[in-house]
Amino acid sequence: MTTVAVKPATMAQALGRALRDAMADDPAVHVMGEDVGTLGGVFRVTDGLAKEFGEDRVTDTPLAEAGILGTAVGMAMYGLRPVVEMQFDAFAYPAFEQLISHVARMRNRTRGAMPLPITIRVPYGGGIGGVEHHSDSSEAYYMATPGLHVVTPATVADAYGLLRAAIASDDPVVFLEPKRLYWSKDSWNPDEPQTVEPIGRAVVRRSGRSATLITYGPSVPVCLEAAEAARAEGWDLEVVDLRSLVPFDDETVSASVRRTGRAVVVHESGSFGGPGGEIAARVTERCFHYLEAPVLRVAGFDIPYPPPMLERHHLPGVDRILDAVARLQWEAES
Amino acid sequence: MTVMEQRGAYRPTPPPAWQPRTDPAPLLPDALPHRVLGTEAAERVDPDLLRRLYAELVRGRRYNAQATALTKQGRLAVYPSSTGQEACEVAAALVLEERDWLFPSYRDTLAAVARGLDPVKALTLLRGDWHTGYDPHEHRVAPLCTPLATQLPHAVGLAHAARLKGDDVVALALVGDGGTSEGDFHEALNFAAVWQAPVVFLVQNNGFAISVPLAKQTAAPSLAHKAVGYGMPGRLVDGNDAAAVHEVLSEAIAHARGGGGPTLVEAVTYRMEAHTNADDDKRYRGDAEVEAWRAHDPIALLEHELTERGLLDEAGMQAAREDAEAMAADLRERMNQDPVLDPMDLFAHVYAQPTTQLLEQEAQLQAELDAEARHHGDEPEGAAR
Repeated sequence: MTTVAVKPATMAQALGRALRDAMADDPAVHVMGEDVGTLGGVFRVTDGLAKEFGEDRVTDTPLAEAGILGTAVGMAMYGLRPVVEMQFDAFAYPAFEQLISHVARMRNRTRGAMPLPITIRVPYGGGIGGVEHHSDSSEAYYMATPGLHVVTPATVADAYGLLRAAIASDDPVVFLEPKRLYWSKDSWNPDEPQTVEPIGRAVVRRSGRSATLITYGPSVPVCLEAAEAARAEGWDLEVVDLRSLVPFDDETVSASVRRTGRAVVVHESGSFGGPGGEIAARVTERCFHYLEAPVLRVAGFDIPYPPPMLERHHLPGVDRILDAVARLQWEAES
Repeated sequence: MTVMEQRGAYRPTPPPAWQPRTDPAPLLPDALPHRVLGTEAAERVDPDLLRRLYAELVRGRRYNAQATALTKQGRLAVYPSSTGQEACEVAAALVLEERDWLFPSYRDTLAAVARGLDPVKALTLLRGDWHTGYDPHEHRVAPLCTPLATQLPHAVGLAHAARLKGDDVVALALVGDGGTSEGDFHEALNFAAVWQAPVVFLVQNNGFAISVPLAKQTAAPSLAHKAVGYGMPGRLVDGNDAAAVHEVLSEAIAHARGGGGPTLVEAVTYRMEAHTNADDDKRYRGDAEVEAWRAHDPIALLEHELTERGLLDEAGMQAAREDAEAMAADLRERMNQDPVLDPMDLFAHVYAQPTTQLLEQEAQLQAELDAEARHHGDEPEGAAR
């Protein structure tokens, strides 16, 4: 957090500013998707871009996600740097074949002759009262596909810094934007954006000695809140914000767990086959002799995303996180 | 006017002001496939072009035969032959300018070869030593695409990008009749028309998607008719008439290059061989049908035209055969050498910079290779390379 007193900005504004600055810096950057032009996107992230850069660079596409990503592949083949917006997490599924069979593999397929520097922005996760198909946590699908980077910011500064890094990357990046943090605010100066850690580095958002909460995206603020609440129970929790699921920062995560000896992975995505299983396995493989308790997961239930009036029962909240922390075999301490 | 400001004309108004829609007839294909050979139109075609097409058809037929033979010798994992479809393959290659791009499917290695790509590189995917055996920029040939029709939106995007940059580049995308049922076919054609992208789609309607005949694939009056729904012209052409395919594609490409937008061309042809060497076409079609198409052979059609008009003699035919034989001998010799494999290549091009996890896995494979080499009493480098 910067100490300079600046006006608070929202994550959506920081993302928009990142797009604007990337377009101003590099004429190869093109923004395309449904409603990204005249409307400025359903979350207004691309607000003002069409006016500033024109329709040829900020394009309202036909409503067809495979076509959006498929044409972006061809544009990248010709040297452009497309940034595509998938309007909602679950609306990105029609583009999966292009993503998995082409975007993720083209560099490998051509022995590096044809890299595809495409950024795929996907608003994801729940907590905004969205009706069916508007709240999925789809990161596990992307993580399971070699050739993709999977990045997700949790702070306003990271939203700007990570999106700039994603657009500058010569590899395709699935950039997952936590919907419910779009309107989160922080003091952030758009004219002097802070430098942030690069893609692939996790960051310790809160230092603590008792246990590590390993999390990302929309669950980071929840974990920070849980850590505050845990003080009353006598627990001093560390919170690690992964920031990028691929590449995964084993080093930072392992170093934290070795210090604390206990870990809970927290995410909205389902538990079975979700990111937490991979993370728990990696932590266990690397930190087994430092662990005082099994690595636990606090995740969404293994159910289709619930209707909005029931979603609070599904999403990992402070109480569920604290319950998990309580199960980290503290008896051995006394 | 910027590129994206050009729009289609369809804007319905509230009912009292409803206007009759304009007749889309100019977009509709001809009733019969366009033909040139054996018609008066053939006399307008440059004789040198006809001879060039002939030489390439003969080479193409020999290339298909050689590649099929290589599957029997275990030198290719699989080969989807374009025997019978050479007129489409060759015309597609010859009609393009150097700066243009070709987007082939897996059955279109011949088009890539006729465009100048080394046949060994073109066959890398089917030999199995890597996926794409060439730098796509070298001859502006996109990687051979296996998931059907998924290369079509790539062609649209590339053509669109070229137009945005002000480059005079056209993309020609190849797809089969089965591929027209895929969603990506629809999305690609729609994007192309909305964006007026300089792209031409060539459907080689060879009658079958592996075993499934066209009647089970579509209820459209022709595949070319599908163009009308997107607002682009559809053209129907005899896919075994090399001069006709060349002419129709030339017109479509000129139309695209001049800013007129995309065209859908359906070439009616026939796959003379099974889907691949692993297929048994006796299970889904009869000899009589195959023989009927053999009477409409693309090489025979062109040979007849050329010899009738005194543009080709026995010496000319012999020269074409010898040229094709030399190509086949060279291909056979080079394909009979074991490809040089480096297992460590598996990790070389996953990302621009390998992740730490990939570096760990790379080290694991290297250790396995080293152990294997020690087991065989070789130097580690010997096993790795």
